[in-house]
Amino acid sequence: MADLTMQASAPEPSASRSAGSRTPRRVPTRVGIGDRSFRMLALLAGVLVLVILALIVVSTTNQALPAFRHMGLRFFTSSRWAPPEDEYGALSFIYGTAVVSVLALVLAVPVSLGLAVYLSEIAPAKARSAVIYAIDLLAAVPSVVWGLWGFLVLRSPLQDFYQRVSDLLSPLPLVGRLFDGPVSGLSFATAGTILALMITPIITSLSREVMDTVPAAQKEAAWALGSTRWEMIRGAVWPYSRGGIIGAVVLGLGRAMGETIAVALVIGSSGQITARLFAAGDALPSQIANQFNESEGLFRSALIALGVTLFFFTIVVNLGARALIARSSRHVQGVAR
Amino acid sequence: MSASRTAAADNVARRRRVDLLATVAVHATVLVAAIPLVLLVSYVTIKGARMISVSFLTDPLPLSARRKSGGIGPAIVGTLLCTALAAAMAIPLGVLGAVYLNEYGKTSRTASALRFLANVLAGVPSIVMGLFVYTVYVLRFQGSGRNAFAGALALACLMLPIIIRSSEEMLRLVPDNLREASMALGASRSRTILTVVLPAALPGITSGAMLAIARAAGETAPVLFTIGYATKANWNPFSGPNTTLSQFIFGNAGQPFPAAVDRAWGAAFTLIVLVLVLTIGSRVVAARFASR
Repeated sequence: MADLTMQASAPEPSASRSAGSRTPRRVPTRVGIGDRSFRMLALLAGVLVLVILALIVVSTTNQALPAFRHMGLRFFTSSRWAPPEDEYGALSFIYGTAVVSVLALVLAVPVSLGLAVYLSEIAPAKARSAVIYAIDLLAAVPSVVWGLWGFLVLRSPLQDFYQRVSDLLSPLPLVGRLFDGPVSGLSFATAGTILALMITPIITSLSREVMDTVPAAQKEAAWALGSTRWEMIRGAVWPYSRGGIIGAVVLGLGRAMGETIAVALVIGSSGQITARLFAAGDALPSQIANQFNESEGLFRSALIALGVTLFFFTIVVNLGARALIARSSRHVQGVAR
Repeated sequence: MSASRTAAADNVARRRRVDLLATVAVHATVLVAAIPLVLLVSYVTIKGARMISVSFLTDPLPLSARRKSGGIGPAIVGTLLCTALAAAMAIPLGVLGAVYLNEYGKTSRTASALRFLANVLAGVPSIVMGLFVYTVYVLRFQGSGRNAFAGALALACLMLPIIIRSSEEMLRLVPDNLREASMALGASRSRTILTVVLPAALPGITSGAMLAIARAAGETAPVLFTIGYATKANWNPFSGPNTTLSQFIFGNAGQPFPAAVDRAWGAAFTLIVLVLVLTIGSRVVAARFASR
């Protein structure tokens, strides 16, 4: 851009000064070799992203092929995972990943949206920066430390808590099945809880960014109509930021699906398909983390195949989230103009 | 008349009650998020800080998890080595990529495609990065491919998109006046970028890079299959296995021996301090940038 404007505007002043007595001196516009190679270098660094992604797809799929060939479609439809018999059905891990991530969303979304509303509409400046700081710290805690804490500290108090909840709620029709015993401190529910803590920061900060873009005029209009603060949030902030918030939530879902180490420590490592949230389960990434170093041959190939499966699931979810965010920001811009 | 007035007053009272309820609920969410953070940090501090001593931080790992003696020295070495190597690869490449996106490509189709792909790469789970480096690097060297460099490769893949995105954002904040002034003085495009644009964006880029380093230092999944396990400090990244703090914690969390669990808490405390220093440092750098 700047190149073009210089070319166009540079001759003009010199032409007017010399009043046409001679042709204006041409500003050299040829881009030097140093310039061109720097541009090339920068482009190459950018293209590296494409190279890495392509290599990930090709190399992991290549290593996973023996397992995919051996099992065929049954890899996705069977829940029987028995390495000694060369039986690799991933369904129970896929199920576990889905249950744990959805549970994490159910727990994290209300808290994250509350935090985002607090930060963008309610908090006084001082409290706001303190809470933002705390959320940054929450995001900074490594996955393995969450796992260690969940495994060593939370397990037994949670087991007692699950037992009480189970006694209370399992007689209920329909939903009661979710809370049936026997309960375990290491379970879908524990993994979902830890994951919820881990994805709260990302959902909060993205939602807050979206809420901060709501034009003041919209909010003031709501105030002027005599709204209470809550009515202003529901009537002015929410409709405007809904799309972006949904995108943020889906992005959090993608993060939850791929999260490995914390889940590997607290999910209980027993692949099964059950409605009971307080039962031990297993998920795609945690199964890989726990078994990979003890595997070989077809077993290892099957674990890499779990990784490929996880890769495609998270890619689809992330792309969906990006599309939602892009659509909502276009929509928001359209309204603002 | 009076009936409708009381109805209106009732309505206002009801709306106030709903508003109050919502305000209380929103404040409650702050507490709900704060309690686990406080609990976790205080647990790790109480359990971990008492382990810290010079010998704990420098001694070799115990040969058996059962033993009482032994420290985490090699794991600290491995964490620093892997993270530094990963940063040395990912930061220059990431910043260069961001330079392409913001200074050359802008809204071109290539740049939009690369921006999209960087977002895709940012969404790849960290364990898949570990599997990826295992398949392209570790397998190539039959048995001797597990070393700190392999771990650093996986961490670098993780850091790259984060650095591209944060750096591009920071480059976008550099006002066009600066670029135009430099070019009006006759500086070439590359010279303008290297001597004017990048220095102006440097604090912001540094802050983003520190956050990426903090994330990488705490990651376990990418190093789990790529780095091996060493009980003695290994400063050579290209030969021989290594160990990181995160991997050490993961390996010791499930051990039935109290000594191993204690060491895991000590390592967790060390790791959290390292990561928090980087995170808070990045905030400080960013705040200084904003106040200028």
